[in-house]
Amino acid sequence: MNLTSIINLSLFQASLRMATPIAFAALGGMFTERAGVVNIGLEGIMLNSAFFAVFATYLTGSSILGVLAGMASGCLLGIIMAILTVKYQGNQIVVGTGINVFGLGFSAYMCQKIWGSRGASDTIVGLRTLDLPFLNRIPWVGPIMNNQNELVYLMILISILSHFFLYSTRWGLRLRAVGENPQAADTSGINVYQYKYFFVILGCVVSSLGGVFLSIGHLNFFAWGMTSGRGFIALAAMILGKWTPFGCLAASFLFGITDALQMRLQALGILPSQIILLLPYAITIFILAGFVGRSIAPSDYKPYVKQ
Amino acid sequence: MLNKTAHYLSRSRSILPELIAILLAFLLSAIILTITGYSPLRAFNALFRGAFGNKFGIGQTLTQATPILFTSLSFLLAFRSGLFNIGIEGQFLMGAFAAAIAGSVFHGIPPIIHVLITLIAGGLFGALWCLIPALLKIFTGASEVITTMMMSYIATYLTSYFVNYRFKAPGWVAQTNPIQTSAVLPKILPPTQLSVSFLISLAFTVLVYYFLFKTYLGFQIRAVGLNPAASENRGIHVHSRLIMAFLFSAFVAGVGGAGEVLGVHGRFVEGFSPGYGWDGIAVSLVGRLHPFGCIFASILFGMLRAGGMTMTRMTKVPLDISLIIQSLVIILVAAPSFIKYIILRRKD
Repeated sequence: MNLTSIINLSLFQASLRMATPIAFAALGGMFTERAGVVNIGLEGIMLNSAFFAVFATYLTGSSILGVLAGMASGCLLGIIMAILTVKYQGNQIVVGTGINVFGLGFSAYMCQKIWGSRGASDTIVGLRTLDLPFLNRIPWVGPIMNNQNELVYLMILISILSHFFLYSTRWGLRLRAVGENPQAADTSGINVYQYKYFFVILGCVVSSLGGVFLSIGHLNFFAWGMTSGRGFIALAAMILGKWTPFGCLAASFLFGITDALQMRLQALGILPSQIILLLPYAITIFILAGFVGRSIAPSDYKPYVKQ
Repeated sequence: MLNKTAHYLSRSRSILPELIAILLAFLLSAIILTITGYSPLRAFNALFRGAFGNKFGIGQTLTQATPILFTSLSFLLAFRSGLFNIGIEGQFLMGAFAAAIAGSVFHGIPPIIHVLITLIAGGLFGALWCLIPALLKIFTGASEVITTMMMSYIATYLTSYFVNYRFKAPGWVAQTNPIQTSAVLPKILPPTQLSVSFLISLAFTVLVYYFLFKTYLGFQIRAVGLNPAASENRGIHVHSRLIMAFLFSAFVAGVGGAGEVLGVHGRFVEGFSPGYGWDGIAVSLVGRLHPFGCIFASILFGMLRAGGMTMTRMTKVPLDISLIIQSLVIILVAAPSFIKYIILRRKD
């Protein structure tokens, strides 16, 4: 056995695929946290949207409607989260924990009700991969980028747009101000609550795309607890990426590699999968310990009360 | 009337917001049940009957409440010092695993001493598992929410690795060897699985209460939680109190895991915890962050877990409705002012 049978271009292609749900959730989490709200409910948001994407596709036969249904479910949870944490100053961590439990329970409940099985839904026709011949002409990057589905490209597009938005527009500047120092932002005439509401909800919608990708872009069915901790890995990716869009993208890709590698090594029986699965979490601990540069949160996440 | 209600709510002893959160959670779940074509009355009736209707139900409810009581006490201890120990699940698992090993490798020790050794081993391993988050919190300021959560996942995979490879008992199931009979906690209500572990959890409740509210150290820990700066000014060493609260919290979680192994399973079985560590967070909030409140709240959550099985068998309602009820309770107790708004809305 040689190393190239494990580490080759198709590994990186799989890594990009596995990075996509993590990156969506990390970018979504980044927006929520930039608005000053901790979002540990990513896992539940993703599970819920994964279910709704399959459900809508199953009902209508259209995977586009599936994507929209998944996003709508993320929007709904975002609204609940925003109302409870921004308006009523509820505890963000507890609300997030509740959303995680809700996502797990509700998706399994509905799955059993509709398909008669708590474990998995029927198979549906999900998003197809796109063959873009012009990509193949680019060495290295082309083959990795090619033969992915629309959501992978959308993820890359969203991270570029987010970067542009955060650092080159006045709204991005204001959003950063709202997270860092809401009092000062308020004094300078920014409607802090409006920004918080909008970006908490937007963050939840973006992260719901991660769940949508898993169910109708990757597996073509819904399975119980199918996010398997990716919402938490996304939190780690967001921290590792220092709450910046490209940082989130790069960190997600790194964790995508461990995910893709884990599947291969497991198939070959070389290294126990558990050891590779715990790597993203261990890496995050190392980063937080300050071995790889400090990671400073964009906000103190205190509920804002207008004086 | 308005003043009366507001006054009632502002009194710290009032449990009205929690009761309303629980009622609302059941109400919302009833709506979900109705929309999906089930009768909420039949479902809840079966749920309560399953949980409290007979000796077996009560035993199973209390069995389920036991680990949740431990984890809620664990959350409470850290929270009172101002720390968010989100990774209780991991500390619970590490405690359970350490107990399974200590329970099986030692031979020929008198029963009570063997039980003590395994419980302490569980507690110490639980505490060990939050040492890194505690130190990071003190030295780098890294948020304990993230570090304990990451450590929790590491524990899940690490124990899974151990029981699948290094410490796997012969056979197909991913589990460790059974513990020695000298380490087994006897059952107190056969044929249910209720064991002495339940009594230990009650003892810990009293212990935690006494520690937090009747000792000077407990007072200092609560003072740090209320106002770290003022505590520092009054000569309390804040960092050492934080580390203590953190370690005590994780110790209790570890003992809870050990109690499950010694009392219920007799060994470490992969995936034996359906998320008791996460339940603890909600339960201690529903229990008003008071040890005695946790007893009632953990019985409520134990009821949802134990009664859920009967409900599914009798009414075909998917088991996960009890998870939905739980999640709604969690979400609603997270925002007390939302509940207050609901109560006071008409009169405002």
